[in-house]
Amino acid sequence: MVTKTLTHLDWLESEAIHIMREVAGQCSNPVLLFSGGKDSLCLLRIAEKAFRPGRFPFPLMHVDTGHNYPEVIQFRDRKVNELGERLIVASVEESMQRGTVVLKTPDEPRNKYQSITLLEAIEKYQFDCCIGGARRDEEKARAKERIMSFRDEFGQWDPKNQRPELWDLYNARVHKGENIRAFPISNWTEMDVWQYIEREKLELPEIYYAHNRDVIKRGGAIVPVTEFTPAKAGEKVENLTVRFRTVGDITCTAPVLSDADTVEKIIFETAATIISERGETRLDDQMSEASMEQRKKEGYF
Amino acid sequence: MIEKNNNSVLRFMTCGSVDDGKSTLIGRLLFDTKTILTDTLSQIEKTSQKRGMTALDLSLITDGLQAEREQGITIDVAYRYFSTGTRKYIIADAPGHEQYTRNMVTAASTAQVAIILIDARKGILTQTKRHTFLTKLVGIKHILVAVNKMDLVDYDESQFTKICNDYKEFSQAIKANNNQAKIDFLPMSALVGDMIVDRGNKLNWYQGPTLLEYLEKVDVTELDEHSALRFPVQYVCRPQDSSNKDLHDFRGFMGRIESGLLKVRDQIKVLPSGHQSSVKDIRIGEMKIDEAIPEQSITITLDDEIDISRGDMIVHDNDTVQSVKSFKSMICWLSETSLNPGRAYLIMHTTRSSKAKISQICHKVNVNTLAHEDANELQTNDIAEVTFKLAQPLIVDQYEQNRSTGAFILVDESTYHTVAAGMILSME
Ligand SMILES: Nc1nc2c(ncn2[C@@H]2O[C@H](COP(=O)(O)OP(=O)(O)O)[C@@H](O)[C@H]2O)c(=O)[nH]1
Repeated sequence: MVTKTLTHLDWLESEAIHIMREVAGQCSNPVLLFSGGKDSLCLLRIAEKAFRPGRFPFPLMHVDTGHNYPEVIQFRDRKVNELGERLIVASVEESMQRGTVVLKTPDEPRNKYQSITLLEAIEKYQFDCCIGGARRDEEKARAKERIMSFRDEFGQWDPKNQRPELWDLYNARVHKGENIRAFPISNWTEMDVWQYIEREKLELPEIYYAHNRDVIKRGGAIVPVTEFTPAKAGEKVENLTVRFRTVGDITCTAPVLSDADTVEKIIFETAATIISERGETRLDDQMSEASMEQRKKEGYF
Repeated sequence: MIEKNNNSVLRFMTCGSVDDGKSTLIGRLLFDTKTILTDTLSQIEKTSQKRGMTALDLSLITDGLQAEREQGITIDVAYRYFSTGTRKYIIADAPGHEQYTRNMVTAASTAQVAIILIDARKGILTQTKRHTFLTKLVGIKHILVAVNKMDLVDYDESQFTKICNDYKEFSQAIKANNNQAKIDFLPMSALVGDMIVDRGNKLNWYQGPTLLEYLEKVDVTELDEHSALRFPVQYVCRPQDSSNKDLHDFRGFMGRIESGLLKVRDQIKVLPSGHQSSVKDIRIGEMKIDEAIPEQSITITLDDEIDISRGDMIVHDNDTVQSVKSFKSMICWLSETSLNPGRAYLIMHTTRSSKAKISQICHKVNVNTLAHEDANELQTNDIAEVTFKLAQPLIVDQYEQNRSTGAFILVDESTYHTVAAGMILSME
């Protein structure tokens, strides 16, 4: 008899399904964080495979900075409709109106304030677990992240006080007010994500594919020209063929020069790429070597 | 490098004492398989310069958190990834400092292969024995003894041979959970890069595979057609959709095959109730399949309407496995708070849990000498043989037979912390 093993994508998918079902089995009020980005789209497909023909045992939630590409929001809403699931939008702008988020300057990037809005939503809806699409290969500080990561009442992640995680026995028990961040695709790399998107024929927001866009070359980065990120005096606006590798707040997501207009071409480019996802496209992460770790301690995803 | 879609996953861990070259080895593997990305590399360059080093310090690649960077130590298990055309690799990087036992046991719990590093100048140390004991304890079946820093002993073959012989001698004496570990030996220099991905030209007397060749070829498939079916139910799907006739009575039992094979039409029984039925269909998402293999997450439906909930175990109907209310196990105490033998703890085992009390601490194992010692309580990093009494029946196997149904964790019911990891030795 032939011994059978799972291919790497089947193995990763199966692990992710197992993790989601553990969340559903152990937590009383979980939520899945959905941004419209490629990692969270993988999560949605995994949730379908985990729970269909039933309903998802959790709502979806977008922590919205208000600085979005309209294509992404349209895509988000269409996707949620197709799935027939419930979407909650937690808005950073509402936190600003409540005065719980105070920007230092009006054009300050809002990504880091998502933590506050997220914590407010957790408290409002009494969520005991947030399922997120973070991956350990994204950034150094994430390499030690648990699959079920414990956060205290202030949403804080204490790298020195994490529960040991053995085999695939996940301990998602929390007291009221505390919560778990569950990361079903922890063990995926960017390449795995693209291969999965290709295999599952997942539809993505258009901005992931090569398109023409007005941009400015600023420092080493390509900055898109938008109402939130206008050209500064003296800067030259160019119309270039670009694509995004992540979608998020407009003010801190930069595209890369690329002609890749299909998933196959993106996979080919990713294989050849020598700059990691965050270094290239998250304008806010390069500030300091430890910036991600700092944000995680403050309750970021 | 474009990956083929047909590769599988290999999980391995590295163990070594401080300064044996573990970080350098992992850095080298990632570097030579072109997994390190430019911006990471430029950060490492900057940091290397800041610290006054002239060459690139590859060990910085695996340096994780700020707190550790300040103290200059690694305190927790980190996971790294790389891929070749053949396999996707997940490395569990367990540091060798104070919390060594706890970290090693954690890393080993999901690893299929352990690389044990030995400094060619120092040979076998107490730590080597400890690492070997722990990897065997946690049931790793493939051990690669990597003799590092061969450049510092002039690539001397006789030094390598001596270390191999010493190792074979003591490792036979170590009996812990599995005695069939397959052991291989490799001379290398992580710093120079000899025998990691490239052979280099200094170790021509060694004919075996390089580290990467070893990893690409090592056969970790367990002979699952012989092992018994274990399908713990994680979640029950009852859409109760009255607008849809097909879904109205749908009851899907969801979970992952932990061992054995499950086919459509198989006769099964549900434990602990003992109710029997047969498999009507098996699916992954909406796709129906005829047969499910280990590690596959599936949904099944049955021909009869029987009551099944999370925590139940589905096995073949001719299986003689029975639920137990006590067992003997090896545990590794993980928590900073020591074990209180008078208290009840929660055991989490597959998808089921039960309150449990310790009926006896048989002995503690000294991980340095492997001697058995008497114990009344257990502290962080202690390994001990312990018997438990359970409030609820569990369906268990010996850990040596089954790494899923033989494993459990212990949770403190007031803090909810995970306080110990356990491996079942025998059912009482
Ligand atoms: N000469 C030589 N030095 C090595 C080798 N591997 C590691 N080292 C050095 O040994 C020291 C400790 O290595 P490191 O990787 O940090 O060890 P760890 O504590 O096990 O992670 C560093 O100075 C390395 O440069 C080797 O193969 N040859």
